[in-house]
Amino acid sequence: MAGEAMLRVEHLTMRFGGLVAVNDVSFEVHRGTIAALIGPNGAGKTTVFNCITGFYKPSEGRIALQHGDSSAWQSLDQLTDSGKRERRDANGALFLLERMPDYLVAQRARVARTFQNIRLFSGMTVLENLMVAQHNPLMLASGYTVLGVLGFPGYAVREYEAVEKARGWLERLELVDRADDPAGDLPYGAQRRLEIARAMCTDPVLLCLDEPAAGLNAHESAELNELLLAIRKDFGTTILLIEHDMSVVMEISDHIVVLDYGVKISDGTPEFVRNDPKVIGAYLGVEDDEVAEVEAEVGL
Amino acid sequence: MTASARRERSEVVHALRDAGITALISFGLFLPLVGLLTITNMNNELRLTTRLPLLVIFVALIAGVRLLVTLVIRPWAERRRALSTRKPFSIPRSFSRWFVPFAIGFLVVYPFISLAAVGYSGSLKWIDNFGIQILIYVMLGWGLNIVVGLAGLLDLGYVAFYAVGAYSYGLLASHFGLSFWILLPLAGILSSFWGILLGFPVLRLRGDYLAIVTLAFGEIIRIVLVNWVDLTNGYAGIAAIPRPTFFGIPFNTDDNGFAATFHLTFSPTHRTIFLYYLILGLALLTGYVTTRLRRLPVGRAWEALREDEIACRSLGINTTNTKLTAFAMGAMFAGFAGSFFAARQGFISPESFTFIESATILSIVVLGGMGSQIGVAIAAVAMIGGTEIMRDMDFLKAIFGDTFDPTQYRMLIFGFAMVLIMIWKPRGLIASREPSVFLKERKTISSELVKEGHG
Repeated sequence: MAGEAMLRVEHLTMRFGGLVAVNDVSFEVHRGTIAALIGPNGAGKTTVFNCITGFYKPSEGRIALQHGDSSAWQSLDQLTDSGKRERRDANGALFLLERMPDYLVAQRARVARTFQNIRLFSGMTVLENLMVAQHNPLMLASGYTVLGVLGFPGYAVREYEAVEKARGWLERLELVDRADDPAGDLPYGAQRRLEIARAMCTDPVLLCLDEPAAGLNAHESAELNELLLAIRKDFGTTILLIEHDMSVVMEISDHIVVLDYGVKISDGTPEFVRNDPKVIGAYLGVEDDEVAEVEAEVGL
Repeated sequence: MTASARRERSEVVHALRDAGITALISFGLFLPLVGLLTITNMNNELRLTTRLPLLVIFVALIAGVRLLVTLVIRPWAERRRALSTRKPFSIPRSFSRWFVPFAIGFLVVYPFISLAAVGYSGSLKWIDNFGIQILIYVMLGWGLNIVVGLAGLLDLGYVAFYAVGAYSYGLLASHFGLSFWILLPLAGILSSFWGILLGFPVLRLRGDYLAIVTLAFGEIIRIVLVNWVDLTNGYAGIAAIPRPTFFGIPFNTDDNGFAATFHLTFSPTHRTIFLYYLILGLALLTGYVTTRLRRLPVGRAWEALREDEIACRSLGINTTNTKLTAFAMGAMFAGFAGSFFAARQGFISPESFTFIESATILSIVVLGGMGSQIGVAIAAVAMIGGTEIMRDMDFLKAIFGDTFDPTQYRMLIFGFAMVLIMIWKPRGLIASREPSVFLKERKTISSELVKEGHG
């Protein structure tokens, strides 16, 4: 497995009233890898995602993300005790995501995400969607609006650069011709890819994709695989994805974490997970010791 | 009898029955509204009289229109729809490109057209009641458009900021004698401060809940103005507010007055024309700043917020600040308009800042098409100009008889017009959205895809 841990989820527990959606889940995601979070429906995958991206405050546990040099991990406990949410030094930075509100997770810790049900700005054009994603750098360039309203020239240059960056993504998605069409008019598969491109326009270090292949046909899934591999290759972005489509998961993931009923039941390479009786049991809905029997029955 | 003739006959019978039902309903509605009239007689007794002829005219008119619609207009519209594949209506680019400079040019020469047409005393009504009044509402509409149209936050208490602006000017000008040009920005700042103050508690609210709280806020401000008599003089209001001067030259008959300085014969219209240009400048400033803001990241964030707040947060946009800036910007322009209002009237009281004002401004925004600046301006002209013009529609007497007083039916006809427009164009006059940035060509976006916000 390449690189060292960039995201550490430790003893993550999320309760909604009496319901324990995620129970004491720990795993690591390594820099430059594609990790997948899988499990049957209701296993708590999206809840873990929402905790990582700050949309939920976990009931218990620690979620730490690190930029730069791995030596930053040494100050993890110190940061936790200090009560602060981030720590920066010359070698890198360390963030405690469970202490940050959702927009800061995206803005400071550079974790971008997509949604299970596509959340594009459907009434805005494809290009505008990618421009909104570059809000924070552009906001700075427009002098928090003040200089922009007064018409200072610096902003125009930065806006041009932002448009060029968006154009680069549209070329990659082969959507340049549709740049000025409303995002809601795009075909479903293109909307999925546009949402990924929009997330990438925030320059993330970690990209979290919630079921990116949901509703895609075999051809579109294959295109998605290529896109994700290209993102990792060209930008070095680490990817964490939730997926039901095993052709996507098994083909491109370096590392798979399996959840069932809010508990982690397996964690390892695709090869390891594929053959783990616990995982097979969870998916077939039977106890571990019955797996062999059921497999024999269905002819596996 | 052939099949088509039979069908035609059944259609006529159906239409007649339909018109009959309409006549019955309108009779029931207008009997108390129009048919009965209470009159105080010489002995100061309230007497009930009837106006049956007028009632009959009303009912006949409505039934007739209904018959016309079912027999002629609707079949015609259906035929037309069947013939042509309907394209979503959007204003051609060339129209909006020419319309705006043309409209601004017209507004600049408008006072002189009216002076040339009806002279000094006659044009007072046209410049003041139409020009200034409409421009105030255009400005308020554009200001509220930021909050409701762009950011998608339903604000029913917008008039509160208008009141804050007006009272800021009224109080500070009468107590400290500060000039209009100092108080104008100050009123804007104070109003936007109140906008942020309102913004904080309502940040978590959406939709109906937000509307209720903003409505309450508007009422709180008005009731404070009514009851804090020491400061605001309650219902009696603040009178004798210093009028704005022409950069230090007052509009009066003195030797150093405006007329004497520029060697003109004194006329009160001079001040009105000055006020007209003042509000024209303020309204254009509002429009210009809003246009610019839409193309800046903050404007795009407002619209993105209207489209999907959760997606905004996932992209690192601080939605709290974004909402607060929308409230503050909208409130600031209301503050400017308020201080202008106080300077123009010379007298303000809480009566001017009732809920109906908020409702009028909101209907201008909704009628114009949320987010569309040209639409809002046209709606303001139609709504405010329309209600003003209803004051002297004497030709209606030809239909309804000499005793008919059109001013009394102002609100009725106004409501009727609104219902019609909401049937014809449910998303407002200009419903399509102009993108803020484009790669190759600027295409308007049909309203079906644009969201209205959750509050």
